[in-house]
Parts: sequence; structure tokens; C-alpha cells
Amino acid sequence: MSTATIDHAEASEIFNKDEPYVNWHDETLWFVRQKRDRSSKQLPEWEELRETASGIKHYVLSHMDELLINFEQKAKENGVHVHWAANAAEHNEIVLGLLKERHIDKMVKSKSMLTEECHMNEFLTKNGIEVIDTDLGERIVQLRNEPPSHIVLPAIHLKKKDIGDLFHEHLGTEAGATDPQYLTEAARQHLRDKFLTRRAALTGVNFAIAETGGFVVATNEGNADMGAHLADIHIACMGFEKIIPKQEHLGVFLRLLARSATGQPITTYSSHFKKPREGQEMHIIIVDNGRSTQLGREDFRNSLKCIRCGACMNTCPVYRRSGGHSYHNAVAGPIGSILAPNLDMTKNADLPFASTLCGSCSNVCPVKIDIHDQLYKWRQVLAKGGHVPQSKGLGVKAMSMVLSQPRFYQWSGRLGRSVMRVMPFMVNNNLNPWYKQRDMPEPPKESFRDWYVRNRKE
Amino acid sequence: MSARDSILQKIKENKPAASALPATLRYESFFENTEAKFRETLAAIYTEVFVVKDQAELAQKAEELFVNVTNRATSIPALANWADFSLNVADPHELETIEIAIVQGEFGVAENGAVWVSDHYLSHRALPFITQNLAFVIPRNSLMNNMHDAYERLKDTTGWGCFIAGPSKTADIEQSLVIGAHGARSMVIFLIEEEFV
Repeated sequence: MSTATIDHAEASEIFNKDEPYVNWHDETLWFVRQKRDRSSKQLPEWEELRETASGIKHYVLSHMDELLINFEQKAKENGVHVHWAANAAEHNEIVLGLLKERHIDKMVKSKSMLTEECHMNEFLTKNGIEVIDTDLGERIVQLRNEPPSHIVLPAIHLKKKDIGDLFHEHLGTEAGATDPQYLTEAARQHLRDKFLTRRAALTGVNFAIAETGGFVVATNEGNADMGAHLADIHIACMGFEKIIPKQEHLGVFLRLLARSATGQPITTYSSHFKKPREGQEMHIIIVDNGRSTQLGREDFRNSLKCIRCGACMNTCPVYRRSGGHSYHNAVAGPIGSILAPNLDMTKNADLPFASTLCGSCSNVCPVKIDIHDQLYKWRQVLAKGGHVPQSKGLGVKAMSMVLSQPRFYQWSGRLGRSVMRVMPFMVNNNLNPWYKQRDMPEPPKESFRDWYVRNRKE
Repeated sequence: MSARDSILQKIKENKPAASALPATLRYESFFENTEAKFRETLAAIYTEVFVVKDQAELAQKAEELFVNVTNRATSIPALANWADFSLNVADPHELETIEIAIVQGEFGVAENGAVWVSDHYLSHRALPFITQNLAFVIPRNSLMNNMHDAYERLKDTTGWGCFIAGPSKTADIEQSLVIGAHGARSMVIFLIEEEFV
């Protein structure tokens, strides 16, 4: 699947052309955010749980190598094969190799953002392997030849009519049918056939446990389990930061994950894999792909604490009004914007600017990642490295000139206010980026300073 | 150097100074009535809970609930006469036509309605997922308050196990909740009072 080459601002502009659609997208995600709020408030210990989760993850960052070695040893004792991949290409080659050795050319896959990050489907398809995404949302975007627009809700950008048309074309549902129950049933039948006929299943990993060598995969649909328990070979792919020290720590993380993601107290299925079933092979691929570099960046290493709940996206005023695809990265939204520059500063330099720095993301993050601080810090790093477009630099320079000279600032303010009053067309036009998708406010008659000076006198 | 060694080497060089695990790793939940909370949570995820006195009452209730259903399977010896589908198959694909499976679970969790099921009582891992409808039988006195309590109990786990909370579901089409994605379309839980192995 090709990633967009246009930057976030430009993509958002296209996304914002249809106002009712944008409002719908905005409200849908805000609704999910509200469900998270209601659910989290059921637990008096919620804030302490977040703190504990963050603390466990900090322990993980500082003992990462030891935990991974323990995990590998235990997993091997459990009869699981462990592979290591330094980057996306190595990861993809390992998967391809495992399939080719067994003469398998068709595989079912449950949700794995890591394989999106590695562009694995594209690679395998080019090499003659058919990959079927089995999460309903992922299957929908796969049929549309698009990447997911959200890590938890892959098809959140689509209306049921879009999906009805898509299923009519690919799954033979009735033309014009848009009932979610009917469409889901059609997908169930279509995918059940795949589950029953594929010999290989690939899943992601939500948590890998150093103590036991086991790993946990969470889904609501049951697709990870349907795939894994019917296949001859189960391949599980994980970024190395998915490791946690002990099984009991799952108590903390599983209490936070679904409540933060969708407001459910837990996902329908939290499957704990440790040993392959009799006659089955189980493989785990541990992937770096830039994570060890991020671990070395003091200001940004906390991003590796992420448990991929998506809460920061649902709450983000920019994400809600620009859509996941505008981030042109496997992981969108605030968390994606602090992960992506680590992978490619030039390509992703626009993303840390796709934020108002309001801090809502940090407030909802279940592992307390300082997301908005990191967005701000990435801006400094990117500007210093020459990755920020000149126009942005010029604007900032002009602003700093105005703001550093009080008299000039006062004069500019007065000028601006009178221009807006006398000649509103000077600002109410498309040359003014603040006018786009917004109405300009009524200009105040006087500035706060003028008001203050006048009132002090009285 | 192998990928493994170079990754581990780089992690070693780049990781932050050692920090300790948090002092508190578990929290208590205080429910007035754990069973009532369990029922309430499950009602919200479309799952009905029945209390049965013993295995005879379980068999009677199962008969009543699934009266006209064929392709019934169970892992519970007391329900052997109720079932018409043998789980004694080598290939899990053969389970595909099962309509209802009644399966022994180990315990339930009140805060989220999840039931722990594992290799310990299951001959086929695929069973709770491939069956069209699912029912669990768990001891009435096995309910835990929260997930911290659950993991206290799960110190020793088998090769595979799963927390299952309600029937499978999805909201991937315009956030409309649909029950019955890939796994079970419905779920029932029996809490059994009698000593049950």
C-alpha cells in the first residue's frame, strides 16, 4: 500500500473539504473518548494505575536487554522458535522464509501495527504470498487498498455506505445494503472460509512476558485465536518494547488497555500463548527497526512505553479533524507523530507540527507518556537539523521580531484590529491560513493592554 | 554480529539508568457483592448468568436452553448425554459445524466479566472460538474481584489460556456494535454450586 507523499497540512485541507463529513468524524472519535472517560471513572485507583503502568514500563526501558534475553530463553524452553530482526526488511524476509520453507502461499493475519510499519503485506504480495487481514476493519481497508487510519479502529474514516458498496463489489452483498449487522455477517462468512483453509496465521503481540516466555494477544472479534488455533504455523511479530517483566503485571496493563481504547473493561479475548499446541509450530519475531535508536534519545525514549490503545488519537483535536491518513505513517495521531521522526526525519518532519500542543494526549495516556512535550521537543530537533520548511522559519522569525519589540507589537495589534473592522476582506480570504475552515472572530475594540491601562487610571 | 547480538548490544548502550519497579503493583476492588457485580458486568456485554445447584440441574438447564439445537459439544463428562457431537477428533477444523459448546472454565472476574479458560480443561484450543455459540460452567465460589486477584491465582499457567468476556463483537462499521464477529455469537455462563471437577 503506498503511503501519501503530501504533508499533513495539505492532506488535512483535502480532508476538511466536506464539512458534514469532518464533523461526523470528529464526533465519532469524541464519542469513543467519552466512553473512555466513563469507564476510567469507575476505578477510584485509575490515576495510580497509570502511574504504576508507567513505572513498570520505565523499569522495562532500563532493563530491556536482560528482559529480552530472559524472554528468549523461556520461549525456547516452551518450544517456541525465536527470531530477531534489526529492521523491517529483515523482518519481512524472516516471514517469507518461514512460509516458503513450508510451501505455504496463503496466510491469515490478525491486527499487527508492526507489520504495517514494515509494509509486510506489500512485500509478501510481491513475493507471491496472499495475505488476508482478518480484523473486520483491516479487511475493509485492505479491500480498498488503503492503510488503516487508526490503530484500534482501522476503518473509522469510512461511512457504512462506503463499506456497503465495497462489500457489494467484493463479497457480493446486496447493492445499496448498509446495515452493519448484515455487512458484518457477510464478512464473517467470507473470513471463516479463509480461517478454515489457511495453514499459516500471523498475529501481533500486545504483551510479551519475560518471566514465562509467553505473550498476550487481545482482540474483540476473536480473529487472532481463530487464525492461530487452526493453522499449522503461528508467527507472532513484536517490537521489542512489548516486553513486560512478569505475568502479574498484566493485571495492571489489561485493566488499562481496553478502558483507554474503547471504554470496555476488557477486550472480549485476551489470549495467553505460551506453548504451541501439539503438532503446531510457533515462531516469535522480535523486531528493532529504529527502537534501539529511540531508546538512546533521552527526550523521546518514553514513546516506547506505548501500549497502542489509541486514546491519544480519539482525544486529539487535530487527529479528529484531519483523519489518520493525513499522518502518512502506520501509527497516526499524537503518538505516531513522536514515533515517526525517529524512523525518518525528512519524511516525517511535518508530523510534530500537526498538533496544537494542548496536552490532551498526555492527559489520557494510560502509561503517562509526555506526548505533547515530546512533540514540542521534536520541533526543536527538526528545526536544528534543517528539516523544517523555510516558510515556517520565516514566519517564526517575523513573529519573534514583533513579539520582542513591545511598541511594534502594540502598533501591529492596533493595525490588525482596525484592518479587520474596516477592511474585513483583507483577512477573510483564502490567502489567510487562519480563515480556512473557520470564520474570523469579531475584532475587539481595544487590546487587553489598552483596557488595563485605562482601568488602572480609573 | 547476528541481528540478535547487535540489537542487544545497542539496547545495552542506549538504555537509561536502572530504575526500580513501582512499590505497589496491585489494587483491591471493593464490591458489595462480587457475584452481583459479575452479573451486572456480563449483562452489559450480552451474557446471561444462571446459577445451578449441581450437575443434574446443569444438564437439565442445558437441555432446556438449547432444546432444538443439533451439533452440541461439551468437555464436561456430566453433559455427555446432552451432547451429540464428539470432541474426539484429531483435526480442529472438524469442529467447524458445532452450534453450541459447553466448556468448563476455571474462574470469573467481576470487574470485567471475563472467564479464564485454558488447555487444562480443553482438548482443542479452537473450540471456544469456532463454535457458533458458547457456554461456560464455572464454580460459583470461584469469582474474583479484579485482574490483580486473577493473576494471583494464575501463577502457574498451561501452554495456552484465555480470558473471554462475552460473545465476539465488532464496531468496525461506523461504530455500530455488532455481536458475532468471528467467534461465538452468544454466550451463557453457568455458576455451579456443587463441588465440580
